Amino acid sequence: MSDRFRAQLEEAVLPAVIALLIAIVCGDLLIISYGQAPGPVYRMLLEGTWGNWYGFGQVLYKATTLAFTGMAIAIGLRAGLFNIGAESQIAAGGFAAAIVGIWLPAATPGIIAVLLCILAAGAAGGGVAAIPAVLKTKFGAHEVIVTIMLNFIVLAFLNWLITAHLHQPESLHTAAIRAGFLPRLQSFLPAFRGAAANLSILVAILTALALWYYLFKSRGGYELRAAGLQPEAAEYSGISVHNVWMKAMILSGAIAGIGGINYVLGYEHYYEDGFATGAGFLGIAVALVGRNNPFGVLVAALLFATLSQGGLAIHAFVPKQIADVLQAIVIIAISAAVPEVRRLLLAGRKRVAA
Amino acid sequence: MTNPAITPAIRMTGIEKSFGPVQANRGASLEVMPGEIHALVGENGAGKSTLMKILGGLLSPDAGKMEVNGRDVTGWTTPDAIKAGIGIVHQHFMLVPTLTVAENIVLGMEPTKAGMFDGDRANAEVEKLTRETGLVIDPKRKVSDLSVGEAQRVEILKVLFRGAKILILDEPTAVLSPPEVKELWNVMRKMRDNGGTIVLITHRLDEVMDLTDVITVMRAGRTVGRLVTKDTTPSEIAKEMVGRDVALSAREKRNAAAAHGSAAPRSAGLELRNVVVTDPVRGRVVDNVSFSLAPGEILGIAGVEGNGQTELVEAIAGLRKVESGSIWIDGKDVTNLDVAHRREAGLTHIPEDRHRRGLVLDYTVANNLVLGVQNRFSLSGWLNDRKIGDYAAKQVAAYDIRPPIAAAYARGFSGGNQQKIVLAREMGHGFSVLLASQPTRGVDVGAIEFIHAQLLAARDEGKAILLVSAELNEVMALSDRIAVMYRGQFAAVMDADTATTEQLGEYMIGAKKEGVA
Repeated sequence: MSDRFRAQLEEAVLPAVIALLIAIVCGDLLIISYGQAPGPVYRMLLEGTWGNWYGFGQVLYKATTLAFTGMAIAIGLRAGLFNIGAESQIAAGGFAAAIVGIWLPAATPGIIAVLLCILAAGAAGGGVAAIPAVLKTKFGAHEVIVTIMLNFIVLAFLNWLITAHLHQPESLHTAAIRAGFLPRLQSFLPAFRGAAANLSILVAILTALALWYYLFKSRGGYELRAAGLQPEAAEYSGISVHNVWMKAMILSGAIAGIGGINYVLGYEHYYEDGFATGAGFLGIAVALVGRNNPFGVLVAALLFATLSQGGLAIHAFVPKQIADVLQAIVIIAISAAVPEVRRLLLAGRKRVAA
Repeated sequence: MTNPAITPAIRMTGIEKSFGPVQANRGASLEVMPGEIHALVGENGAGKSTLMKILGGLLSPDAGKMEVNGRDVTGWTTPDAIKAGIGIVHQHFMLVPTLTVAENIVLGMEPTKAGMFDGDRANAEVEKLTRETGLVIDPKRKVSDLSVGEAQRVEILKVLFRGAKILILDEPTAVLSPPEVKELWNVMRKMRDNGGTIVLITHRLDEVMDLTDVITVMRAGRTVGRLVTKDTTPSEIAKEMVGRDVALSAREKRNAAAAHGSAAPRSAGLELRNVVVTDPVRGRVVDNVSFSLAPGEILGIAGVEGNGQTELVEAIAGLRKVESGSIWIDGKDVTNLDVAHRREAGLTHIPEDRHRRGLVLDYTVANNLVLGVQNRFSLSGWLNDRKIGDYAAKQVAAYDIRPPIAAAYARGFSGGNQQKIVLAREMGHGFSVLLASQPTRGVDVGAIEFIHAQLLAARDEGKAILLVSAELNEVMALSDRIAVMYRGQFAAVMDADTATTEQLGEYMIGAKKEGVA
C-alpha cells in the first residue's frame, strides 16, 4: 500500500519538479541575454515572494484567485468538460458579490453577509456556466466554443453595466460594499501589513477539501468521474451523462464565481472592471499542473502565484515579462514532460521488479 | 517432427519477459517450420500475445534467444522484423476508414509520380496482389464501406504487400461469419502451399483441428506442449491449456439439468412487440422484431455481425431509442424508461464491448463492481467504502478474478478476467432478464467454460436470457431456441435441438428466409 502511495506521489510531484528545472534553465538563458547574472535574479525572485511577509502575502492572494479558477476547471475536466469560461464566471461572481454587499445594510451580521455574498457569487458564476451546459446537453453544442464566446459577451455586458450605470466618478469600479467584508490576514498577523491576502484563502482551502470529498468519496463524484473517464460505460450503467455534465458545469462555474470574493470581499471591497483578467485562462494551466486534484491545484496555484509575484520583484533588473515567459515554459514543459516522466518511472519500476 | 536438416522459420527458446510483478513469459519456446500452419493456443494471459510481440520486435525479451531462418535476431526492432518478412495481423483493425482499400494497403510506401501519390499504380499493384493471393477485394472501395470480414482481408493484404513471408494472425476469425472463415482458410492453405509460414493465435479448437499442422500450447507464460494436429484431439489440447480436464460442451450440462426437471415459474420474462430501430445513416437497423422470452429460457440470436444485433440489444437496454413498438420486462412496459429504471425493473446486461461500455478501465475492480448499483453502496450520497470493499472481495473470490486484487485498475487485467468482472457485477445481484452480448468474445477456454456455466445456472434459476453471439457453436450449445438475424429481421426462429450449422448458416447469409414475423 505504501508502495502504491509512493508511486502516486512520485507521479504527481516529479513531473512538476522536472518542468520547473527546465523552466529554470530556459530562464537562465533569457536572463543572461539581458546581460544579468541568473543567480541574483532568482534570489531576488525568491526574496520578493517567499522571503518577506509582504511578498508572501501577495503570493497567497494571487494563489487564492488561481486556486478557485483552477479547481473550477479541474472539476470540469474530471467530468470530461473543458470550461474555458472561468474568465467571465469569476467576473460575474465578483460582480454579484459586490452588488449584494452594496445592497445589504451595514448592520448585517458579518458571517451572514459573507455567506450571502458567497452564495450570490456562486449563483452568478453557476448561472453563466448553465448556458453552455444547457446548450451542450440539449443541442450538442461544444462547451469550448460556447464558453469562449460567452466570455466576450459576459465581460462586455459587465463592462457596460459599470461604465453606463454603476461606476463611481473618475473610476471603473462600483461603490464600496457596506457588508460582507472578509478581513485581511494582517488583522491576525500584523507582519502581513499591506499584503492583499485575506480570509478568502480559508474559503479556498475549505472548497478544496469539500471538492476532494465530493469527487472521491461521494456517489455523485463517483458518477462524475465515471462519466468523464468513459461516458459510454457510464451511460450503459444507467448514469445520466447529461445530468452529470449539467451538474459539473454549473458547479465549475459556481466555484469560479466564488473566486470573485477574493478581490471584492477581501481586498478592494468593490467590483472593478477587469479585476481578475487572465485568472480564468491561467486556471487551465493550474488545473493541468495540479492534475485535476483539488490539493494538487492548491500547490500549483502557489507555484504560478509565485512566478507572477516574482515577476514584479525582478522588474528592476529584467522585464517582468520574463516571469510570464517562465510560466508559459512551465506549462509547455509539463504538458510534454508528464507523459515522458511517467513512462520513465514505469520503466524504472519494471527494471526494479525484474 | 523437428527435422534437423531443415532450418526452422522461427525458433524461440527460453524467452522471459515481465511487466512489473507480472511475468508474462517464463521460459516460453516456439519452433515453427517453413511452410507450416502453426497454432499457438493458451488461456488469456498465458503469454501468447507477449511472445508474438517479442517476435515482431514490439517488445524486447528479458532473457532467451530467438532465431528467424537460422539467423540470431534476439531483441530486434519492428523495422528489422518487417524487413525480415514477419507480418503481424492484429486483432484490432488499424485502418484509416476514410481512405480506399488500395490507399490503406500502400500507406507508408506509396508509389509516387513526380513527387505526387500515384493512385493508378497503387490500384494496379493492389489488384495484382489480390489476384495472386485470392484475397478478393476492390482496391477502389472505401474502407468505411467494408464489412468486418473484408476489412480483415485488407489487413492481411497490408502485411503481404510489405513482403511478409511469415504471417502471424491474432484471433483472425473472432469477427467473421462461417462462410468468411471458410474463405480465409482457403487463402491460408494456399499461402502455405506457396511456401508461406503462418502462426495462428486462436481460442477456437475446431479451427486448430481443421487447419493447422502443429500446435504449441502455452500456460502461465510457459510452453507446456507441442502437439502434432493429426495425432491429437480437442480435449487433449484443452487439457494442456488449462492443466485439467474440461467439459467442452455446455449442452451436456444443460441436458442434464433439464433431466432434473428444474421447471421455472412462467409468467414474466422479456417481450418485444414490433420493435423498429432506425439509424440516421443505415435506415431500419432493427426491422419489426417481436419475440417473447420466458423465465428459465435462453434465446440465442445468431447472425453475421452488423445485421442489427447490436442495435436490438441496445434498444432493449435503453441505450438506443426505438422508433416504434414496445418492450416489456416482467409484464411492465419499459419502452420509455431510461437505463437506470430498466435496471430497476429487473434487467441486467453484459455488453458486447467490455472496453467501451462494460468497464471504466481506469476505475479499480471494486469500483467497477458497483457501477450501476452505486446507490446500493452509498448512504445519503456518500459511498460506503467498507461495504464496497467487502462486496468486491466476495465477488472477486466467487468469480475467480485473477489476480485477486480488488484495488487494482481494471485496465491491467486480461480479457477473460475483465469479462469476469463484468459478469460478477451484472449477475451479482437480483435480476430477472439478462442480455448477454458476445459474452465470451476474446476470452480463453477456461473462462468460456466458466461463463457458460454461469449462464446455464442463471437459466436454471429461472432467469430469462437473451444471448447474442457471433460464435455459432456457443449459440447452439447454450440456447433453447435460436433466432437468426439478417438485415434487421428475424430470418428464422427454431428449436435449438433440431437446428444444424448448415441450416443456420443459410439463414445467416440470407440464402434462405422463413416467413416469420
